[in-house]
Amino acid sequence: MKVYLSIALVVAVLAVVPLVTASNAVLNFLVMALLIALAGQGWNLLGGYGGQYSFGHAAFFGTGAYVTAILQVRYGINAWLGLFIGIAAGALVGAVIGALSFRSGLKGSYFSLVTLAFAEVFRIVASVTPITGAGVGTLIKLDLRPEAFQFQSRAPFYWIALALVGLSLVLMRAVEQSRFGAYLVAIRENEDAAEALGVDAFKVKLAAMTVSAAITATAGCFYAQYFLFLDAAIAYGPWISVDALLAPIIGGAGTLFGPLAGALVIKTLGEATKLMTGGAPGLDLVIYGFVLIAVVGLAPRGIAGLASRLVPRTRAGARS
Amino acid sequence: MTTTLLRIENIAKRFGGLRAVDQVAFDVMSGCITALIGPNGAGKTTLFSLIAGFLPPDQGRIVYDGADVTGEPPHRLARRGIGRTFQIVQPFAGLTVRENIAVGSHLSRSRRADALAAAGDVARAVGLSAQLDQSAATLTVAGRKRLELARALAIEPKLLLLDEVLAGLNPSEIRDMVPVIRDIAGRGVTILMIEHVMQAVMSLAAQVFVLAEGRIIAQGAPHEVAADRRVIEAYLGHGAANRMAAGAAHA
Amino acid sequence: MLSPVILVPALLNGLMTGAVYALVALGLTLVYGVLHIINFAHGALLTAAMFAAFFAYSLFGIDPYLAAVILTPLYFALGYGLQRFVIGPAAQGEDRNFLLVTLGLAIVIENALLYAFRADTRTINLPYAFNVIEIGNAFLAVPKVIAFGAVIVVALALWAMMQWTDTGKAIRAVAKEELGAELSGIDVAHIYAVTFGLGTACVAIAACLLIPTYYVNPTAGDAFVLIAFTIVVLGGMGSIAGALIGGLFVGVVESLSSVLLGASLGQIGIFAMFIVMLLVRPSGLFGARA
Repeated sequence: MKVYLSIALVVAVLAVVPLVTASNAVLNFLVMALLIALAGQGWNLLGGYGGQYSFGHAAFFGTGAYVTAILQVRYGINAWLGLFIGIAAGALVGAVIGALSFRSGLKGSYFSLVTLAFAEVFRIVASVTPITGAGVGTLIKLDLRPEAFQFQSRAPFYWIALALVGLSLVLMRAVEQSRFGAYLVAIRENEDAAEALGVDAFKVKLAAMTVSAAITATAGCFYAQYFLFLDAAIAYGPWISVDALLAPIIGGAGTLFGPLAGALVIKTLGEATKLMTGGAPGLDLVIYGFVLIAVVGLAPRGIAGLASRLVPRTRAGARS
Repeated sequence: MTTTLLRIENIAKRFGGLRAVDQVAFDVMSGCITALIGPNGAGKTTLFSLIAGFLPPDQGRIVYDGADVTGEPPHRLARRGIGRTFQIVQPFAGLTVRENIAVGSHLSRSRRADALAAAGDVARAVGLSAQLDQSAATLTVAGRKRLELARALAIEPKLLLLDEVLAGLNPSEIRDMVPVIRDIAGRGVTILMIEHVMQAVMSLAAQVFVLAEGRIIAQGAPHEVAADRRVIEAYLGHGAANRMAAGAAHA
Repeated sequence: MLSPVILVPALLNGLMTGAVYALVALGLTLVYGVLHIINFAHGALLTAAMFAAFFAYSLFGIDPYLAAVILTPLYFALGYGLQRFVIGPAAQGEDRNFLLVTLGLAIVIENALLYAFRADTRTINLPYAFNVIEIGNAFLAVPKVIAFGAVIVVALALWAMMQWTDTGKAIRAVAKEELGAELSGIDVAHIYAVTFGLGTACVAIAACLLIPTYYVNPTAGDAFVLIAFTIVVLGGMGSIAGALIGGLFVGVVESLSSVLLGASLGQIGIFAMFIVMLLVRPSGLFGARA
């Protein structure tokens, strides 16, 4: 119960931001952070809680983005409907990749490799097929009406992104408190031991991957509506695969608020870097890379781990 | 009137040229403690892995509670009521003791609160109450062995496979564990245990099977098996039984 | 379209391209065979080496094949240092951490190159790069033939080292049974670093062999690395011979499918083969740990 209250509190505090500032820069910054947080929430379910490290979450992000964009641009489907279909499409892709990978028993590095490969295949295909506009990309027509999921000002976008993140937090908390969550974490810790206790690892991992894909696809759909332009490198590029895993790792893999905290750190670092060096491409990612190495080496449990070390605990590891 | 809970019919498994388990057949009677002993490398753990579904047998059948379960995966067998502990303990290191056991309790309970509460009960049964909210990684070897036991118990098994659950314990820890195992059997759980600690085998088991080089070479009550020449030779080498008898004659 | 006049040169070209792929894969498979990790930074290291070879020529006029003599020991030291002082300590022995740390390294290297040198594609103009050797009706570019020969030499040298030198034996010991090797007095951390260094050295040589005919930009290495991954899975993790044969095979497949399907779909062919390999490879087929 306490945790749901803290989720509500965090969302409430963040919801106030557009009311106290009209700065587009701040709202832009926060919207991107929320977007990455959402994508990271997806990764976190499969990677942080489930221990299966996907290096290709772009596959789901891009699918959500392209499906919603193409449905609008080529078939005139309503953007909100497109959102749901995009999420479903992302979930389907996740289910297929998951079924193939887990059926073959892929784990650890091999799993990471195959997800990377799948994402790359999507990217290459998207860069050449006509339906995505190939090299030119896909442009969603400007249509600033709420019914078309486009808004004049940033604030409604911000609130929607915040609502999505809030929903994902509620979902993750429910998972944490469920049998599915307990099974998922057990698989992460020791899959064989979990199987010996009646856990159907294949089904649990597959379900996790499907939901994980759906969440990240949601972020993709939102991206499409916010920026109104996609190409293969944006939709399926390594940048989102990296951000989606970096945010939870930095914030604390397998924790509820990890992805959000990590996303804020990443975006802050990115902006700070741009301010200091004038926006030359690449430097912000160099910093991300260093941060990743530093976090893994020095603070493997991320910000959440550091926070728990500061707060004295009488019971080690109690989490329920 | 005891029934056969587990029937192993001519099970075999080879790894390359090595016949790890070679035409093994035996019955485990329900409600009893049965021990599987034998020198290192005899194939005992391989046999367990076959029974528990981690390895598919090359031939033969495993009949549990009247049903042919040959080749079923571990999680399906667990749902049927076969629990196992691992020779090298496999705790969920990042979780507390209670959370560890709860994974097992969840088999028949979908609510988290129920599973956690049931875990507490199981912990009490094996003497881990004091460590319930500790991280599993901080347990001693003896504690981890009890945790292995508790987790397997949590799924409320009918058949419990214990793989050297006493290995690595000092004599007083062993003395503490034996009654725990006896209590479990007393509550109606059938136990099949691999053990090297002979004092435990002698005091716990009603029936003993001796495995050597992948084959059963002797079976019977503990004291019968201990005196069996073939068993002595399997452990101590060819001719040992004669030497021992000759030595006794001279003493 | 399928006449021998087209196929044979495609085959030969494929073999030569495949040789370089094999060399890149060799570095990867060595690291996997011994450290049991997949080095995600392999591609970035290749790109960095290609830049080094590029600047060696464009700034100092050093012929790439000569540059190899300088760059190889340098890259060995770099790889050694990275494993010993960065990757090893940061990962603390956990597989998941190795994945993340090498990924982090890849991000750092690639983007540092991007930041320093922009995204422009560069090539060098080696005077003899366009000379060809005629074999039958196939015209084979000299640099590619040299590359082929060099790779064979390197592979043989590596194999000889593994068989006959103490370090090589120590490497094989650690690959087979790490705990036992450590108990026998082998400094495992040192061997890990040596192996990583060898892997990086392979990449340096490959870069020098590539630069006469290939372009360089901050993502150039990526294309090779996914191919290298495919080869390593195909040929068996940790197998030198597997990397060599697998590399040649993949080179030929790519060359033939490019001829038949066009270049970009040829790339998909590699990825598709990779995915299929990963999914279908029954555990233990090549004796590798999954």
